[in-house]
Amino acid sequence: AEVEETLKRIQAHRGVVATMVVNAEGIPIRTTLDNSTTVQYAGLLHQLTMKARSTVRDIDPQNDLTFLRIRSKKHEIMVAPDKEYLLIVIQNPCE
Amino acid sequence: ELKEEFTRILTANNPHAPQNIVRYSFKKRAYKPISYVDQMAIHFSLNGNMILKDSDEGRRQKIRLSTAVGRLIHLLFLLSEKASVETSAVTSEEAEIKDEESTGDTQAAGEEETEESGTAEVAEAAEAEEPPPPRVKEQKLANQFNFIERASGTLNNPMRERACQSEPIPCKNFSATAYQWEIYDAYVEELQKIERSKEKEKSKAQIAKREEEKKKGRKLTSVESQSDDITKISKAAKIMERMVNQNTFDDIAQDFKYFEDASDEYRDQQGTLLPLWKFQYDKTKRLAVTAISWNPKYKDLFAVGYGSYDFMKQGQGMLLLYTMKNPSFPEYVFSSESGIMCLDFHYDHPYLVAVGFYDGNVAIYNLKKATSQPSYKSSAKSGKHTEPVWQVKWQKDDMDNNLNFFSVSSDGRIVSWTLAKNELVHTDVIKLSVEGTTMQGPEGLQLQTLGCGTSFDFHKKIDYLFLVGTEEGKIYKCSKCYSSQFLDVFEAHHMAVDSVSWNPYHLKVFISCSSDWTVKIWDHTVKTPMFIYDLNSAVGDVAWSPYSSTVFAAVTTDGKAHVFDLSINKNEALCTQLVVAKKKNKITHIQFNPVYPIVIIGDERGHVTSLKLSPNLRRMPKEKKGQEVKKGPEVEIAKLDKLLNLVREPESKA
Repeated sequence: AEVEETLKRIQAHRGVVATMVVNAEGIPIRTTLDNSTTVQYAGLLHQLTMKARSTVRDIDPQNDLTFLRIRSKKHEIMVAPDKEYLLIVIQNPCE
Repeated sequence: ELKEEFTRILTANNPHAPQNIVRYSFKKRAYKPISYVDQMAIHFSLNGNMILKDSDEGRRQKIRLSTAVGRLIHLLFLLSEKASVETSAVTSEEAEIKDEESTGDTQAAGEEETEESGTAEVAEAAEAEEPPPPRVKEQKLANQFNFIERASGTLNNPMRERACQSEPIPCKNFSATAYQWEIYDAYVEELQKIERSKEKEKSKAQIAKREEEKKKGRKLTSVESQSDDITKISKAAKIMERMVNQNTFDDIAQDFKYFEDASDEYRDQQGTLLPLWKFQYDKTKRLAVTAISWNPKYKDLFAVGYGSYDFMKQGQGMLLLYTMKNPSFPEYVFSSESGIMCLDFHYDHPYLVAVGFYDGNVAIYNLKKATSQPSYKSSAKSGKHTEPVWQVKWQKDDMDNNLNFFSVSSDGRIVSWTLAKNELVHTDVIKLSVEGTTMQGPEGLQLQTLGCGTSFDFHKKIDYLFLVGTEEGKIYKCSKCYSSQFLDVFEAHHMAVDSVSWNPYHLKVFISCSSDWTVKIWDHTVKTPMFIYDLNSAVGDVAWSPYSSTVFAAVTTDGKAHVFDLSINKNEALCTQLVVAKKKNKITHIQFNPVYPIVIIGDERGHVTSLKLSPNLRRMPKEKKGQEVKKGPEVEIAKLDKLLNLVREPESKA
C-alpha cells in the first residue's frame, strides 16, 4: 500500500542505514538488518521510548511523545512512536 | 440499808454454765427444760500420746524402734569417718519415706521400688554396701495422719499429624507504576465510555437495521485491521520520512530558517535569491509547470499543476501537492487525461482545489478523499469551454451557500460554475466581444468575434469588479453585474497578457505582464500605465509580494527572476537572478509564500525551485526616530500613493 511505498522510499533515501518496525511489546516485525542486531535495537529503543513518553506525559498528561532523535558520533537514530508500533530509522546524516 | 448484809455463797457451780437449757422433745412435741445442767468447766485439755506398753500398738512400736535403732548404730559404726548429718538425714528421710509409702497390698511394688531406691540411695551415699536386713512388710494405715495420694491416668494416644493441602493457585507477578498520565488516561477513557453510552441511548430510538449495519461494518473493519498491520504505521512513517529528509537537507533547512544574507549590507540596494529546495517528480519530467498556488491554511503546502504549453505536444496532466517539509516526494498526486492549465485553492475550504484543463474542462479535487479522480468535473454537456481554460478563481459562496468559481478561457467566455447538489452548473458571465469586429455572417447574422481571455483577477475588496487580460493585449475592467458591457478597456500590451493582478494593499493599482517583454503597473482610473518595465524577454508571470505593496517579482522565459521594490528603486530591479539553466529551460510561474520569505518558481521541465529572498528585498520602511512604527495596510497604501503621485504629477502637468 501507500505505507509500503513510503517505507521503501525512506529506506532508499540518501544516508539511511536501516529501517525497522517494532510492535508494542518490543518484537520486531519488519527490518532490514540482521536478526541479532535488530532484536538488540528493538529492545533497547523500546525501553527508551517508553521512558521518554512517560517523562513527557508525567509533566503534562495531555501531552504525548511524537518523535525521538538520538544523535551519536556515527549516525542518527530516529524513533517515531505510534499507538501500537515503533518505527526506527538509522541514518547517516551526510556531512 | 447500808447495813444490809449480803450473803456470799461459795458454790461449785460453773458461773458460765447456762441455768435453763431447754430441749425439744419429740415425744411431747414441745420444749422441755432439762433438769440437770452440766456444771463442769474445762480449763485446760491436752491430748496425750502415751500408749499402754502392753497394747497392740505399744508392742508394734517397740519392735520398730528396736530395729531402727539397731540399724542406725550399725551404720554409724561403719561410717564413723563420714559426716553423720547427711546419713542421718538420709536415713531419717528413708524412714519417713518408708513410713509414708508402705501401706496396703497395692503398694507392694511401690514398696519394693522405694526400698530399692532407698537402698540405692543408701548405697550411693554410703559407698560401702551392705544390703540392709529385709524389712517386715507392715500395713500402712490410711487415715488423716497417713496421707496417701492415689491417682490414675488414661493412656494418651500418640498424636499424629494429618494435613490436607490443595494445589497453590499459580501466581504471577504484576507491577506497574502509577504515573500521572496513566490516571489521566483512565479518566479520559471513562469519559468516552459515558459519552458513548449516552449516544447509544439516543440512537436506540432509531431503526434496528441501522444498528445491524453498523455492527457489520465494525466487524469488517476489525478484520481488516488485523490483517493489514502496516497501515497503522502510516502516520509515523510520514513523520519519519520528513525527518529523514530534514536530515539529508539539513543545511537547506537551516538556511531556510535562519540564514540572512549578511552581504546585503554591502550590496547597496541589490538583493539576491538564495536557492533552497528543488522539487521534482519522476512522472512530471516531460511536463511543464503551468500553475502554482500556496494553500491558504497550511503555509508550507503548495499545489503545482502540470501540463504543456505546446499546442502540438499535448499529453496528460498532473496535479501534485508538495510540502516544504518533505522535498523529495509529493504529498498528493492526481493525474488527469488533459493537461492542467490553472488551479486555485478555496479560501475557506483549503481541501478543495479548482482546476482548469487544456481541453476546456474544469474540475474540483477534494483532498480529503483518497481517490485520484476529481470529485466533480464538467463535461461537454455541462458547458465546458471550447478552448483551454487559462485561469480559475474561487468566489465567495453565493446566496444558497453553494461553492462557486469563475473560469476564463480563450473561447472568450467567462463562466461562473456553481456546485449545486453535487453537480457543476455553469453560468456565462461575460462574453469578451472585441469592439469593432462585428462581421457579417451568412443570412444577415451579426457575428461578434470574441476575444480570448488569458488571465483574470478579482478585486480584493470590491466584489463585483474584476480585470481580464486577453490575447490581443487588452485588459478589460468588468463587473459581474453587467454581462455584455465592459466598464473600461485598457490598451495594455502588444501581445497576449499573461497575467494581471491587483495590488494586495492599494485598492486602485494593478499590474500586468505580457509576452511583449514588458511589465506595466496601472491605476485603474487612469488609462495609461504608471510604470513600465522592459525585461528583455517574454515575461511569463508576475506576482505582488504579500508583505509589501511596493514589491513584486516577475519571471522571464530566459530563466531569470526579477524582483522590484518601487519604494527603493523605481526604475530598476533590485535583483535579477538566473534561476534555471538558460537555454534548455524556461520559467513559467512564480508565487510568493504568504508567510515565509520564500518564492517558488516553476519551469518547463517540471521542476519547482524554492528561493529565499534576501533581506534587501524585504525591507520595510524605516521608522524615523521618535515616531511610532505604523503597521498595517494603511501604511502600505500610503507608501504606494506617494510613489504614484510622483509619477502622476509630471504627467498631469504634461
